[in-house]
Amino acid sequence: MYPSKFDYHRPSSVQEAVQILADNPDAKVLAGGHSLIPVMKLRLAAPAALVDIGRIDALQSISRSNGSLRIGACVTYNEIANSADVQAAAPLLAEAAGQIGDRQVRYRGTIGGNLSHADPASDLPAAALALGATLHVAGSGGSRSVSASDFFVDLMMTALQADEILTEVEITAAGAGTGSAYVKFEHPASGYALCGAAAVVTRDAGGSCTGASLCFNGVSATAVSAADAASSLVGSDLSDGAIDSAVSGMSIPDATGDMFASAGYRQELARTLGAQALRTARDRA
Amino acid sequence: MAGESNGAGVFGSSIRRREDPELITGQAKYTDDLQLSGMVYCTILRSDYAHAKINGVDASEAEALDGVIAVYTAKDIEASGVPGGIPVGWLLPDMKIPEHYMLAKDTTRYVGDGVAIVVAEDQYTAHDALDLIYVDYDPRDGVADPKKATEDGAPLVHDEAPNNIAFDWEIGDKEQTDAAFANAAHVASLDIVNNRLIPNAMEPRAALADYNSITGELTLYMTTQNPHIHRLLMSLASLGLPEHKIRVIAPEVGGGFGSKIHHYADEAIAAWASMQVGRPVKWTATRTETYLTDAHGRDHVTHGELAMDADGRFIGLRVDTYAAMGAYLSTFAPAVPTYLYGTLMSGEYDLPAIHCHVYGVFTHTVPVDAYRGAGRPEATFIVERLVDEAARVSGIDPAEIRRRNFVSPDAFPYQTQVALEYDSGNYEGALDKALEAIGYDDFRKEQAAAREEGKFLGIGLSTYIEACGLAPSAVVGSLGAQAGQWESAVVRVHATGKVTVYSGCSGHGQGHETTFAQIVASALGVPYEDIDVIEGDSGVMPHGWGTYGSRSAATGGSAIASAAEKVVDKARTIAAHLLEAAEEDLAFEDGNFFVKGSPDQAQSLPDVALQAYLAHNLPKGIEPALEATSFYDPANFVFPFGTHVAVVEICASTGQVDLKRYLAVDDVGNVINPMIVDGQVHGGIAQGVGQSLYETAVYDDGANLLSGTMLDYAVPKAHFLPSFETDRTVTPCPHNPLGVKGVGEAGTIASPAAVVNAVVDALSPFGVNHIDMPVTSEKVWNAMN
Repeated sequence: MYPSKFDYHRPSSVQEAVQILADNPDAKVLAGGHSLIPVMKLRLAAPAALVDIGRIDALQSISRSNGSLRIGACVTYNEIANSADVQAAAPLLAEAAGQIGDRQVRYRGTIGGNLSHADPASDLPAAALALGATLHVAGSGGSRSVSASDFFVDLMMTALQADEILTEVEITAAGAGTGSAYVKFEHPASGYALCGAAAVVTRDAGGSCTGASLCFNGVSATAVSAADAASSLVGSDLSDGAIDSAVSGMSIPDATGDMFASAGYRQELARTLGAQALRTARDRA
Repeated sequence: MAGESNGAGVFGSSIRRREDPELITGQAKYTDDLQLSGMVYCTILRSDYAHAKINGVDASEAEALDGVIAVYTAKDIEASGVPGGIPVGWLLPDMKIPEHYMLAKDTTRYVGDGVAIVVAEDQYTAHDALDLIYVDYDPRDGVADPKKATEDGAPLVHDEAPNNIAFDWEIGDKEQTDAAFANAAHVASLDIVNNRLIPNAMEPRAALADYNSITGELTLYMTTQNPHIHRLLMSLASLGLPEHKIRVIAPEVGGGFGSKIHHYADEAIAAWASMQVGRPVKWTATRTETYLTDAHGRDHVTHGELAMDADGRFIGLRVDTYAAMGAYLSTFAPAVPTYLYGTLMSGEYDLPAIHCHVYGVFTHTVPVDAYRGAGRPEATFIVERLVDEAARVSGIDPAEIRRRNFVSPDAFPYQTQVALEYDSGNYEGALDKALEAIGYDDFRKEQAAAREEGKFLGIGLSTYIEACGLAPSAVVGSLGAQAGQWESAVVRVHATGKVTVYSGCSGHGQGHETTFAQIVASALGVPYEDIDVIEGDSGVMPHGWGTYGSRSAATGGSAIASAAEKVVDKARTIAAHLLEAAEEDLAFEDGNFFVKGSPDQAQSLPDVALQAYLAHNLPKGIEPALEATSFYDPANFVFPFGTHVAVVEICASTGQVDLKRYLAVDDVGNVINPMIVDGQVHGGIAQGVGQSLYETAVYDDGANLLSGTMLDYAVPKAHFLPSFETDRTVTPCPHNPLGVKGVGEAGTIASPAAVVNAVVDALSPFGVNHIDMPVTSEKVWNAMN
């Protein structure tokens, strides 16, 4: 478990970090290191340089204003899971972050690292997708914003360019009548999601559904939204029957089969966990 | 712990493990913690191919890398003139024994097979250099499945073993068994795959070799369960150094589960490299290397059948097994699916006819060898699954059919049809206790009610027996062992009455320092705190055979008890002289010798020890000092047994198995330290539950190991397991001085069948009669749908 040689940079600002990335095409961004360091130790990755953004102050905080929650890229899972602001404005994200790995992992791993790594079996991508998160990105060409639905391109591939860093995740705070839930079926070895279901529903005063989203980790190459199943719930009373009928015909495109679980079983888990997440979200709405 | 641990009452009390403060505070020194002056590092280039011809190796770039001292291949080892062999230590008749060299010469036979060695100034350079060695491989087809490997046309692992068959072995009476089946009223029949397991000791294997070219002495610190066996094999087969010039030391060893019994190439390579470069050489396996090189366990494909008469009495059992050996015959590999497997086929049952046939099969995989339980979990799984299937086909309750077929308590000694003579037991006693504790009758009602609500509960029994404390030496020798199975001990009482005990066992987590001291405290009547136990150094203690096969208490403990008895005998002679009394008039209580009826005039053991060392006033013919050595060769195996019960609930929508309760009633004979015994049972159960629900080594069709990391291979986590319920019955072993049996493997042997029997019971409404391990959620879901 000895990585190849690499240079190490520890910039103190995002600007400086972006410049180093622009100057070093083989460099990788290091945040919490819980995905990158293991693959380097296995020599599955051998970046020429690491750009450690872990001590850039601007990436460390959680703030809430004007109905919007902003989380810096280097905020850890543990901070997210236990933040009163996140629990109030985006409880789905707190719930998902609290289910990642173990205590040690949650104290080191970061939201920015997680989303940029884009492991489809990790827990945050579906939550970010279901919450309609906006991802703020800085690069040598300036800053831009990418919606979560445009961010996850393919297996461990995102919309980030080589010289760009994810700096902040912005989520519109949950309004009245909104409930959410993250339900996970974990692989016994890795703890990653064989299937993770993230659901958000909103009901009006009469109890009928005015908005729903249902997204999955672990089922295909990226986190994926089951938009048809979710939209079919709008206008319903969110009864168990309505939820069951919404998910019963659901099929996730390009579901993955591997040595852990077949594609068909993952589809089955998606239906089961999807219904479970929707019911819990409804009960919390 | 002073005060609670004096003298005779120490045996049988739950003294806290004296090993633990060092271990849990990180102070203990493992092999990789050791640093020697001038030390360099060795890494090993491993084959990426399951099967390939090596056309050539170009190491010039690696050799040119700054900090690289040398790169070696098999040619260099051959040129050095050492034997270079990695031998097999258990011989079966007509067994094919292909050459196993320290590095692959011209063919690689599994992913992980060693091809080249790098020696470098630091670990990073040693690993960087591996990336700069270019091997010209000519890849060939490989085969990983032990049954498919025997089919005509399967790729051959060794040309000299047609159909990849290493040995063709049987036990029992085929004719008699076939006749029993011809008369059967019912037959239970199952095809069973016993899944391949990867050991996952917490500490990876490591070696630090220090060869002194002036004295010709090699000091080898290594992760070993048996330093003397490694010294012997290093000397005879690998390095050719005289045995007395090799000292093998086991520093703290972080678990083994069998994986550190075996003699591998890697530690021999570190030693050979030290002989070449003239500096201490350290090799430490990466976790990836432990997956690719530690001998795996199990990996059987079996068809088993159990014949019954109309009353559900068992009349015959027959078993056909294809057992993977992997690419080479590892140290004790041939014994595992034969004498540790076929001999257990009678289980706890009075079975009048048994036949077990085994093919040992070469495959393009990591070698397979003893792993916690070694053959006995596989046998127990077959027998206990067949018994449950017999209950199903005959319509008899699983508890009742067991009761009907147990060897009865008055039938001991009981001679099985497969060589073993069980010395003692009360199988129904353990079953009754377990059924009562679990509430068996109530459970059946609860199960029926739950099914009405669409909930699937199941209960599974495993009424197991195992044979451990492998012995006696003459018997294991006649079966093919190239080793003895006695054990040694030295009990040395110092002049002040303090005691040092040397054992030929070599603990690596078992708690010997505590339990062995308890034995001596009890035997000598001296305070527990006054006794130290030393193990694991071939330069310090007499020859011993190490720790594996649940042997340490039964053989090593008995050796210690015998040596202690000799000490007491000598001390009695001296005490009688000092008290001017006849020996036969002396009593020995709580460490004091006195004339019966006159306890006030006593000579304590420390008093006697001081006189023994001063030697100013010893009886005629008595040598000075007070110590004794014992080489204890047991009269028979020991036979722990018991009943384990698992209760599961299956999630109807995902198929996930929730292990709700696990109860174990074990009979391990007399118990030296109940807390340590419970700990062993807990660990064993966890490991067996791991096999039954989570763990499996997966090879693809090309024999590539897919489950090569901890991300892929599921070792059970604490939160997967319920709080175990444990209880005991006590049937002392009749043939050793302590009345103890073994406990290290019992949990691993019993639990897979209990868990799978429970799952199959839960799924009985779906007509399921077997699911192969690991019982994953998907397999269960498929069975339900």
